[in-house]
Amino acid sequence: MDDDLLVEEGSGWSQDQRAEYLLGALVCVVVALLLAMFLFVFREAWPSFAHNGLGWFGPGGNVDNEIQAIFTSGDLGGKPVYAFHAWPLLWSTVLITGASVALAFVCSLFIAVFIVEFAPDWLRRVLEPVVRLLASVPSVIYGLLGVLILVPLIGNHLISQSSKQSVAFIISLSGYSLLAAVLILTVMIAPIMIAIFADGLRAVPRGWIEGSLALGVNRWRTFWQVAVRTARPVLVAGTVLATARALGEAVMLSMVSGSVGFAPNPADGLIFFVEPSRPLAATIIRNTEELSSPPMKHTLYAIAAVLLFSAAMLSFIGWAVKQSMKRYGVLA
Amino acid sequence: MSVTPALAPDATPPIGRRRAESSASWRLSDRLGLAFAWFLGLLFCAIAVAIVLYLLIQGIKYVRPSLFVTSPTAGFTQNDTGGFLDPLIGTLVVALLAMLIALPVGISIAVWLSEYGRPRVLARVAESTVEMLAGAPSVVLALFGTLLFESPALGFLSRSSGGVVFGRSFFAAAAMLSLVALPIVVASVREGLQAIPAHVREASYAVGKTKYATTRRVLLPAARPSVLTGAMLGVGRVIGDTAIIVILLGATLTLDGAGSTPILGTLRGTGSTLTSYIFDNAPTGEQNQPNKAYAAAFVLLMIVLLLNLGVDVASRRARRLRWS
Repeated sequence: MDDDLLVEEGSGWSQDQRAEYLLGALVCVVVALLLAMFLFVFREAWPSFAHNGLGWFGPGGNVDNEIQAIFTSGDLGGKPVYAFHAWPLLWSTVLITGASVALAFVCSLFIAVFIVEFAPDWLRRVLEPVVRLLASVPSVIYGLLGVLILVPLIGNHLISQSSKQSVAFIISLSGYSLLAAVLILTVMIAPIMIAIFADGLRAVPRGWIEGSLALGVNRWRTFWQVAVRTARPVLVAGTVLATARALGEAVMLSMVSGSVGFAPNPADGLIFFVEPSRPLAATIIRNTEELSSPPMKHTLYAIAAVLLFSAAMLSFIGWAVKQSMKRYGVLA
Repeated sequence: MSVTPALAPDATPPIGRRRAESSASWRLSDRLGLAFAWFLGLLFCAIAVAIVLYLLIQGIKYVRPSLFVTSPTAGFTQNDTGGFLDPLIGTLVVALLAMLIALPVGISIAVWLSEYGRPRVLARVAESTVEMLAGAPSVVLALFGTLLFESPALGFLSRSSGGVVFGRSFFAAAAMLSLVALPIVVASVREGLQAIPAHVREASYAVGKTKYATTRRVLLPAARPSVLTGAMLGVGRVIGDTAIIVILLGATLTLDGAGSTPILGTLRGTGSTLTSYIFDNAPTGEQNQPNKAYAAAFVLLMIVLLLNLGVDVASRRARRLRWS
C-alpha cells in the first residue's frame, strides 16, 4: 500500500495524473448533468410554449379548469389540448416570493447586525444555534404547523364573517392565504440570509470600524455605515440564494397557500392579504399524478422550465454583482 | 460566498468586546433601531422555542412505541391507520443511498476544485454548476429525474412492465437527492481543505510525496471534521426534502418492492419517507390523519435536532485542530 508514497517514474500516466484526470472527468460529468437538465426540461416544455406563445404568461380563463382540460384531453387519446394561461400562478409566485424576501431581508439584516455586534454574549450563544435549527427544519414541518395552527388562526380570527360572505361566490376565504404563506416562508428563508449576512459582516476588517468609532461616531451608526456597506456583495449573495429557495419552495406553499388558481387582487383592500392562491412550484407538486397524460406532462415541464430559468437568472445576477463589486476592491 | 446557507458556527475567534459605550447618548432613531434589533432577535428565539415545544407536546401526546413497529395502512380513523415503520425505514434507506453517492462525488469535486482546478475555465464552470445546483428548485430536479429514470436505458433501476418503465424507485429518488446534498458537501469539504495552510502541503511535498498521496494521506484526514459536517448537513437536507420523494419515490403507503430479490427488489420499488408521510397525513393530504402527522413530525424534528447537535460537535472539534 505504500507505492503511492513515491513519485512513480513508470511509463504512461503517473498515479498523480490519473487522479487528476479522473477527478476532472467526474467534474465534467456533473457539469454535463446540469446542462442535460436544462436541455431536457426545455425540450419537454416546448410544446406548451409553442402552442400558447406569449399568452402562456398572460391572464385568461380559469387556470384550474384549463389544467383539468389539458389533463383529460391526454387521457381520452383525442386531440391534445394545450391552452394554458399561467398568470394567476405567476402572480402568486411573484407576490409570495417578493413579499417574503423583502420581509426576510429587513429582519435578517437587523438580526445579523445584532448577532455580530450588539447582542450580549449569552444571547449570541442562543441565537446562533436557533438560526441553524430554523434553517434545518424540513419544509413539510413548517407546512404542517402552518396548516394546523396559523391557517385556522387566520381563518377564525382575522377574517370577518361579512367579508367571507362578500366574496363567497368567487372564492372561499378559509385562512389558506397569502398572509400565511408569506409569514411562514419568511421564517424559512430568513435563517439562510442571517447565516450568510453574519459571515459577511464578521469579515469586515475590524480596523475600519475602529476608525469610525475613533472619530466619535456611535457604534450603531458606525456599524450600518461602515460594516453593512462594506458587506453589500454578501447581502446580495444571501438575498439571491434565499430568493432561489423561496421560488422553489413547493411543499410548504402547496399546503398553506390554498391551492386555488386565483390571482389575488390588491384592489380588494384588506381581503387581498387573506386571499388564497397557488404558486408555480406548488402547482407541479399538486399535479404530479397527472404526469401520465402527455399534454399535462408538457405543461408541467413548462412550469418547471420557468422556475429553472428564474433560478439560473438569479445565479447569474449573484455572479454579476460579485464581479462588479470585485472591481472596486470590495471584499468578494 | 459559501453555498451552504448555514451553518458551521463562525470559525473566527470572538472579537474582544468593548462594553464601554451605552446607548444613552445616541439619537432616538438609533436607539429605536437597536430596540428593533433586540425585538427581532428575541422574536426569532421565541419562534424556534415555540416550534420545538409545540411539537414536543404533540409528540408526547401522540407518539406511541407501537407506531415505530407497525406499517401504515389505509383507513379513516386514527386507530386503523397503523404506524410509520415503512416511512421510517424509507427515510433511513434514502438518506444512506443518497449520501453513498453525494459523499464520494462531493469530496472528489471539492478536492479537484481546491487542489487541482486546472484548466481555470473548467474550474469556473464547475463552481457555477455547483452554485446552480444549490439554487435549483427540488421540484425541477424531481421532474428531471422522472425523465432520466423513465428512459429504457435506466429501466433496470425501477419497475417496468411491458417495456414501459415506471421510473419511480429508491434508486431514482436517492440519485436526485444526492444532487440536493452535493453543493452542501462540496462547500463544506472545500472550506475545510482551504483552511489547511500551504506549508502543510509543502512539507508533504518536501518529503517526496505526490500530490495524490498528499491529498489522501495528509489533507483529507486533516479535513475530516469538515467532511463530517458536510455529510451531516447533507443528510439533514436529504431527509427534509419532500418534493423529490413525492414525485420520484411514489410516496406509497408501504414499501412496495419490485421483483423478488430481497434487498434489490425493495430498492427498485417504491416507498415513502417521514416527510411524504407527514405531507399525506396533513389535512391537505390524501390520508388526513393530523395526529399521525404530528407524531411523525416530532420524530423527524428529533432526527434533525440530533444532526444539528452532531454538526456542533464536529465543528467544535474542527476548531480545536488549529494550524499555527
